[in-house]
Amino acid sequence: MSKQIKINRKLFDKANKDSSKYIAKPGLTRELVIEISKQKKEPKWMLDKRLEAYQLYIKAPMPNWGPDLSKLNLDEIVYFVRPDTEEKTTWEEVPEEIKKTFDRLGIPEAEKKSLAGVGAQYDSDIVYHNLQTNLKKQGVIFENMDVAVQKYPELVKKHFMTNCVPITDHKFASLHAAVWSGGTFIYIPKGIKVELPLQAYFRMNAEAGGQFEHTMIIVDEGADVAYIEGCSAPRYSKNSLHAGCVEIFVGKNAKMKYFSIENWSKNTYNLNTKRALVEKNATMEWVSGNLGSGVTMLYPCSILRGEGAKSDNLGIAYSGEGQDQDIGAKTIHVAPNTSSITKSRSISAYGGRSTFRGLVKISKNAKNSKAIVICDGLLMDEKSSCNTIPSMDIYNNEVEAAHEARVGKIGDEEIFYLMSKGISEERAIQLIVAGFIEPIVKVLPFEYALELNRLIEMEMEGSII
Amino acid sequence: MRKLEIKNLFVEVDNKVVIKGLDLVINRGEIHVMMGPNGSGKSTLANALMGHPKYKITKGNIIIDGIDMTKKKSDSRAKAGLFLSMQNPPEVTGVSLNNFVRTSVESIKDEKINPVKFYRTLSDKLETMGINKDFLKRHVNVGFSGGEKKQMEIVQLLILNPNYVILDEIDSGLDVDALKKVSEGINNFFNKDKAILMITHYSRILDYIKPNFVHIMKNGKITKSGNEKMVKIIEKQGYSNK
Repeated sequence: MSKQIKINRKLFDKANKDSSKYIAKPGLTRELVIEISKQKKEPKWMLDKRLEAYQLYIKAPMPNWGPDLSKLNLDEIVYFVRPDTEEKTTWEEVPEEIKKTFDRLGIPEAEKKSLAGVGAQYDSDIVYHNLQTNLKKQGVIFENMDVAVQKYPELVKKHFMTNCVPITDHKFASLHAAVWSGGTFIYIPKGIKVELPLQAYFRMNAEAGGQFEHTMIIVDEGADVAYIEGCSAPRYSKNSLHAGCVEIFVGKNAKMKYFSIENWSKNTYNLNTKRALVEKNATMEWVSGNLGSGVTMLYPCSILRGEGAKSDNLGIAYSGEGQDQDIGAKTIHVAPNTSSITKSRSISAYGGRSTFRGLVKISKNAKNSKAIVICDGLLMDEKSSCNTIPSMDIYNNEVEAAHEARVGKIGDEEIFYLMSKGISEERAIQLIVAGFIEPIVKVLPFEYALELNRLIEMEMEGSII
Repeated sequence: MRKLEIKNLFVEVDNKVVIKGLDLVINRGEIHVMMGPNGSGKSTLANALMGHPKYKITKGNIIIDGIDMTKKKSDSRAKAGLFLSMQNPPEVTGVSLNNFVRTSVESIKDEKINPVKFYRTLSDKLETMGINKDFLKRHVNVGFSGGEKKQMEIVQLLILNPNYVILDEIDSGLDVDALKKVSEGINNFFNKDKAILMITHYSRILDYIKPNFVHIMKNGKITKSGNEKMVKIIEKQGYSNK
């Protein structure tokens, strides 16, 4: 079956008028790194870290595996853009232009209904932040990352790109460390269970912009929290770059759920690093939806370093015309009795390409550990492709490890069956696709399940020729 | 005008001509039975009538209530009042039966339906068919037995209320009780405004449903037509001399 579907991304692709108070020149220099740090009035240790990372970035080679990055011109990217506003704590105060964007994406409504707190970042700066008062009283911190550097220096210095994602990790981690700006800092004190999820929304508006937000979440012993992140950008003729970094610390017996729906515009390179350190009997759950971006390289990673630690890694990717979604999951078992489940579902349509890259590593002392990896691909037509590249490195004999991979083509028989009962071809395809991702969508909080379904329907809506 | 007309129909499957000039008129108020040996083209006829893209109509016409539907897609044919119960209804993973049937009714009637009310109507219909209403939460046909799939088709028939119904081996895979329930469903559905084409191998369903016409299909054509009595002759002699 070969179908042409008109893609409607207007909602996300529309740019707002550019009203920035500071825009750096394209390209990255040592001077710019110093300027960023200066504008943020950062302590010396952070500037030193940025400069060290900058040197590493210059020397590090581009990745020689995965999707083609040859069209990403790093000298054309604008690394630092500050919107013309200060951070606000009431929605009314957010400037009209910026508010319009987030209103269109439904952010304030979501906050009223189902969130404990919201942060919104526009280009390099957080423009809005709000946390429920009762959580503040319990000692929960939900803060702009830049502010956290000033307000909680010890906590930040100890955790910022040290043990979790070191600045030496890879080229784009080094780049991130050099130019990072904005993002979210969350601290959940011992034993505190936050009932509603916290959310951050990242919007990249400047042309040829780069967004490098840093997310740090520390879930102390026995605490429990869910965090949701949504991302988008308008479409310009020049390529944009998103190289965010997420570092999560899940303390003993704690529980963290991390939901992310990334829907950058099609000319964005989304080269993102997400990692969690999971302590004794703690649980880390990743739920990721990847729809936008021309090229994505993203492999959320859990390092199970405490005995009995658990990780769940669920992912959905949609790859349409001209898209290359290289996504996956990494789980490193380094303690006994750890367990992990990885499930991925990817859809390739209209010539899109999706690759699942999975790594499970079970070290010598991770005795009695379990790992399951299941990946399914759905091909919508002959032009598209779906690959699975799983690998399992196991260094001891007392483990249970299983891997399943399936790639199927959308069934003509199923489409005919639905159509024979009066359902249009377009709707029939939507139903089947929604059915395919259902096992993952159903674990999302209700509003986000709806949003993700709506996004995928939008991707696929239009007339079938 | 109130009839389904098949005129000089030729159908190809994988470049092989399977239906070779078939003519048949089914008026409202009539039940037709199509019998014939394996490979005679019965299921091909059913699929081609419903517009399966794999079954290519190379010549001839399908006319519903005076409107030529030969080139129309399956969903348009369904909206024109045609219904097919496939020989092997496929499994559709991830789509709940409730959601599927509601989408189907909404598409055919072209209106939004109150989901709560609809759920109740559907549960009632399921109950009359002797099926647990928990089935509504299950995915379409996934893990259903052959009989359950067929019973579910009858539930859809009763809900969608089409005018022209093709039942392709609705009786296969049914035990005696299920056969009775399915037959009852069909009999309750049938009236002077409805037309049914029943494709079958076995005469046992004809103990419950009385056809007006019986046709024998061989090698892509109708070779003989008659009334109910023909069934007894086929039972005794097979298709060989017909």
